[in-house]
Amino acid sequence: MSDHLISVRNLRVSFPTRSGRFEAVRGVSFDLGRERLGVVGESGSGKSMTGRAILGLVRPPGQVTADRLELDGDNLLNLPERRMRRIRGGRISMVMQDPKFSLNPVMTVGRQIIEAWRQHNRASRAEARQKALEMLAAVQIRDPERVFDAYPHEVSGGMGQRIMIAMMLAPDPEVLIADEPTSALDVSVRTEVLHIMDRLVRDRGMGLIFISHDLNLVSQFCDRVLIMYAGRIVEELAARDLHRARHPYTQGLLNSLPRLDQRVERLAVLQRQDSWREAEILPPPPGGL
Amino acid sequence: MLHVGNLDVWFGLPPAQLVAVKGASFDVARGESFGLVGESGSGKSTILRAITGLIDTWSGDIRVAGEAVTGSRRDRTFHKRVQMVFQDPYASLHPRHSVDRVLSETLHLQGMTDIDSRITRLLEQVGLGRGFRFRYPHQLSGGQRQRVAIARALAAEPELLLLDEPTSALDVSVQAEILNLLADLRRERGLTYVMVSHDLAVVGHMCDRLAVMRGGELVEIMSADQLRAHQAQADYTSDLIGASIGYERA
Ligand SMILES: Nc1ncnc2c1ncn2[C@@H]1O[C@H](COP(=O)(O)OP(=O)(O)OP(=O)(O)O)[C@@H](O)[C@H]1O
Ligand SMILES: Nc1ncnc2c1ncn2[C@@H]1O[C@H](COP(=O)(O)OP(=O)(O)OP(=O)(O)O)[C@@H](O)[C@H]1O
Ligand SMILES: [Mg+2]
Ligand SMILES: [Mg+2]
Repeated sequence: MSDHLISVRNLRVSFPTRSGRFEAVRGVSFDLGRERLGVVGESGSGKSMTGRAILGLVRPPGQVTADRLELDGDNLLNLPERRMRRIRGGRISMVMQDPKFSLNPVMTVGRQIIEAWRQHNRASRAEARQKALEMLAAVQIRDPERVFDAYPHEVSGGMGQRIMIAMMLAPDPEVLIADEPTSALDVSVRTEVLHIMDRLVRDRGMGLIFISHDLNLVSQFCDRVLIMYAGRIVEELAARDLHRARHPYTQGLLNSLPRLDQRVERLAVLQRQDSWREAEILPPPPGGL
Repeated sequence: MLHVGNLDVWFGLPPAQLVAVKGASFDVARGESFGLVGESGSGKSTILRAITGLIDTWSGDIRVAGEAVTGSRRDRTFHKRVQMVFQDPYASLHPRHSVDRVLSETLHLQGMTDIDSRITRLLEQVGLGRGFRFRYPHQLSGGQRQRVAIARALAAEPELLLLDEPTSALDVSVQAEILNLLADLRRERGLTYVMVSHDLAVVGHMCDRLAVMRGGELVEIMSADQLRAHQAQADYTSDLIGASIGYERA
């Protein structure tokens, strides 16, 4: 067994388009330990595609290549779908960015959670139901009984997000990839949901890839952060050092945040530079990480 | 511009009935930007959906520009005047319609001419280049889809824009561009906004006043200055402001 739960080298994802092949991910390399790894970056920079590639969820005609793509030393690249399915939702789970879209619209929430859980646990229906209700309560759903019997279109945006989280944590995965998992949650519910993930990392040694555009949250919640731009990692930092970021793109991100404590007339916007597309990755500042 | 009086919205029949909004009242002046914040599941989207006619099980008073609406029937002038950006952009975009088709249909419907140049301009305004014009929703990232939904709402040149978490899927640099665009449009064309967001900093930046919701009720209406100064009347609002200042490890 290696120290790294996930190990990725030179990951590339590309799609054919009218104007030739478009590379959504262009040579991403990183390792994930039993930690909270934040991934931030511009819309379209390849964050979700990186997550999907790890799980073998890039649909053709999309193409995935890598020098290495491993879970606990086991290769994940080009596995037959049957084996990939066993890993997906078992050893690695992913909370999708569009939770309500990812839920089955014609099946009640409760049944979907039960199915996710029973794939990896033996239990009677009554036990499974009890477990599903507990999981809904754990993610701060106020009336679990009602939501258990509801269809996805009958729950709010933030409830959909929490249902997806409950489902993905049900199989007790080694790695959780959470794609904007808390963007639709109010801050108090968000805190509770983050605590759940926090505990799984700390107590059970789960590895967490936390994709988010909330820079303050990432700097407070995660251990380490990767910053992506145009399909590449442009900077890596200890999360607590995010505010000392050196890359002009990361600094630009920090400057464009609206603030609660003071009024600003106009938000700063980024002047993107072509050179950011190709530059070498900036290592953490001295004393960091 | 918008009057909501004593609004109740319910789903289902008793005994399983859920009253999702209870007695909500607020007014939004022409050219004002009004925020809706609060607990997840508290009824924020439901209020916006009742206004646009997506739900017919409501009672109370909804007036847009002085005209009362009823049930879920809305005529063409209404849709010309009021547009909504949905919380879930994936579900609101037709999976088999390209970006070009989504925008040109809306423009046609509103009787606009010079469709081609308008599409180019709309895409530019939301920070999507030409290359995106003929893509389908599944070929876009989450934030790119959300920007298409914003462009579609702007295409109709509405007077009142209902925005349900319009920037929650956007990274902060694109968020800044969209928020600046919305602020410009409001200044130039006197647009009125009702904006739902979980991000109090965004609401404080964009809105003059905001309502705080919990469990289907409006617990208070406050100004953005009061928000910045942490002057909350209700305990729930204080908690919300406190929690938004930072995440503390368990
Ligand atoms: N099927 C496809 N064909 C062509 N391009 C695609 C396809 N799917 C995704 N892309 C492109 O790949 C890029 C990376 O997408 P990805 O979803 O990883 O972005 P992201 O970093 O998650 O962005 P966001 O923060 O907006 O969700 C985007 O520019 C997107 O337009
Ligand atoms: N079609 C429906 N049928 C039954 N119940 C519904 C329906 N739509 C919404 N609800 C319920 O109404 C309540 C309010 O939902 P709403 O979507 O308005 O919440 P919200 O404040 O927008 O929350 P969020 O911030 O999570 O998006 C929720 O309890 C939800 O389950
Ligand atoms: Mg994404
Ligand atoms: Mg909502």
